[in-house]
Amino acid sequence: MTDREMKLKSIYLRKSLLKYIYKAKAGHTGGSLSCTDILNVLYNRVLNVDPKNFKNPDRDRYIQSKGHCVEALFVTLADRGFFPESDLETLCQYQSHYIGHPTKKVNGVEQNTGALGHGLPICVGEAIAAKLDNKTHRVFTLLGDGELPEGSNWEAFLSASHYKLDNLYAILDYNKQQITGSNEEVMNTGSVRDKLETFGWSVKEVDGHNLKELEEALNNGPFETGKPNFIIAHTTKGKGVSYMESNLKWHHGVPSPEEYELAQSELTEAEAEI
Amino acid sequence: MQLDNIEERDLKMGLANQVVFAKTLEELAANDKAILVVTSDSRGSGKLVPFAEKYPKQIVEVGIAEQNLVGVAAGLASAGKKAFAVSPACFLSARALEQIKNDIAYSDNPVKLVGISAGVSYGALGTTHHSLHDFAVLRAINNLTIVAPADNFETEQAVRKAVEFKKPIYLRLGKKPMPFLNEADQSFEFGKGRVVRAGEDLAIIANGETVYPAWLAGKALEEEHGIKTTVVSMHTIKPLDTDLLEDIAANGRPILTVEEHMVNGGLGEACASFLFQNGFKNPFKIVGIPDEYTVTGSQVEIFNHYGISGSGLKDFALELFNSKK
Ligand SMILES: Cc1ncc(C[n+]2csc(CCOP(=O)(O)OP(=O)(O)O)c2C)c(N)n1
Ligand SMILES: [Mg+2]
Repeated sequence: MTDREMKLKSIYLRKSLLKYIYKAKAGHTGGSLSCTDILNVLYNRVLNVDPKNFKNPDRDRYIQSKGHCVEALFVTLADRGFFPESDLETLCQYQSHYIGHPTKKVNGVEQNTGALGHGLPICVGEAIAAKLDNKTHRVFTLLGDGELPEGSNWEAFLSASHYKLDNLYAILDYNKQQITGSNEEVMNTGSVRDKLETFGWSVKEVDGHNLKELEEALNNGPFETGKPNFIIAHTTKGKGVSYMESNLKWHHGVPSPEEYELAQSELTEAEAEI
Repeated sequence: MQLDNIEERDLKMGLANQVVFAKTLEELAANDKAILVVTSDSRGSGKLVPFAEKYPKQIVEVGIAEQNLVGVAAGLASAGKKAFAVSPACFLSARALEQIKNDIAYSDNPVKLVGISAGVSYGALGTTHHSLHDFAVLRAINNLTIVAPADNFETEQAVRKAVEFKKPIYLRLGKKPMPFLNEADQSFEFGKGRVVRAGEDLAIIANGETVYPAWLAGKALEEEHGIKTTVVSMHTIKPLDTDLLEDIAANGRPILTVEEHMVNGGLGEACASFLFQNGFKNPFKIVGIPDEYTVTGSQVEIFNHYGISGSGLKDFALELFNSKK
């Protein structure tokens, strides 16, 4: 894919996830739009994964810790050919495996997530196993910023540097908001960079909507030999839809027919500008 | 509300029990500054945004950190505060289980744990968000009262009594609007089951949001089959109302239990354990969510799938009733 096609892909993925949230009448809209560019870059430029042979033991691992943003993951996986996009017509319906969080019943999903603070410890295990087996694949996770206060993350931050897991990449979707309010109001994490560096990680900050910056960071690791990699991706919750951007109301929320049309037309306009 | 093909027109519709919890606490907090709510980015789901706006000094926010939530609540209670730790039942009872066991129950800090959106309230969000284990794990902890109110009346009473309760307690609340059951009976006490329908041929013992479908089944059994059915809201699963169980079991009638919980370790097994150990031989069946990968769907779809509905429970009851002969 060319860089231009990558940009168009991000818009396509945003339109698509809105379509399925609208149809299912449920979904984590703001956080999915926030991480769409990250997922686009991961699945189309970074991860070595094969939809036809997903279980290949040498594949790169991606475990989405902020599982509530499953809609962004599902449309990206469908677009990469892990399953027919039409499957998503059943999102959140009776007896569908396409539910409101990632599950391994869906081809391409590594782990069942949804309770926050679980992704990183599992990634530490995967990364230790890769080292033990002399494998060269990498392990990625995506964390929410509201998710950071879960103690399990900090336990895993310690383990990752203790075991010198430079094959591990934790990406923070740093949109600075959660459900109740901003991170600062709810539980102030202060300088994430300082904390992570103190915990022995190598940290890079990127614009989480700049595909080039994301790709450069994610494909040029390890940042320092023997240290786990932390990527602070500065993002905007609801990115791409003007009335959703940085608006708490859209953490989860289903657009009305008018709102839906407006969102799609804004994205179509953005498409025309690329 | 319609759970399935059996409809109900007689009952007055109420609010979701977790909404009633928030409203009641809001009312009580006005004159009781010792009441504190502790949340983990959960005030929205707990309907506590108005509470937080009215009483900003009476809410402690800990962020998305349920273990911390319960530990902090233990400290507040130990210092004399009436601390309500409010978080989705799934995270509260699983993530913070050791804090509940050691810091609340064992250390006897009288925290009021409030599990919201309990059972399969979160439907299609899946197993991470379901609490089908909470009765079982919490029943296995000494010094913890466990209450799952059926309707708005029981919920309001439970919240009022919890404020003054001097022992650790877990309230389990759902997010679906519930009708008022048996408005004639205005008595409520922890540890005392509430009879919401009376009849001597069969009994259905339920709790939480399953009492309503049990009530519907009881009504249909009597009207369509002449089987007079007692329906009990066994809101307190621990300590269990064994006096009431004995009264019900005494005439040998079949007993069906129903819960929004896995069939392992919940209300049904609590009743079975008492009855069997006390020599009762009543035909007996436990209805709940079976020990399998839970079917996906909304709460109503999951309920219907497993027969936790007026007609589903009626069928289970008929089968049990006929097996007696
Ligand atoms: C252990 C746990 N506690 C609470 C929740 C409920 N929950 C889902 S999303 C969310 C807010 C997440 O905020 P953040 O991590 O910042 O995600 P984003 O802004 O990217 O959507 C909460 C509290 C959960 N899923 N898991
Ligand atoms: Mg966030």
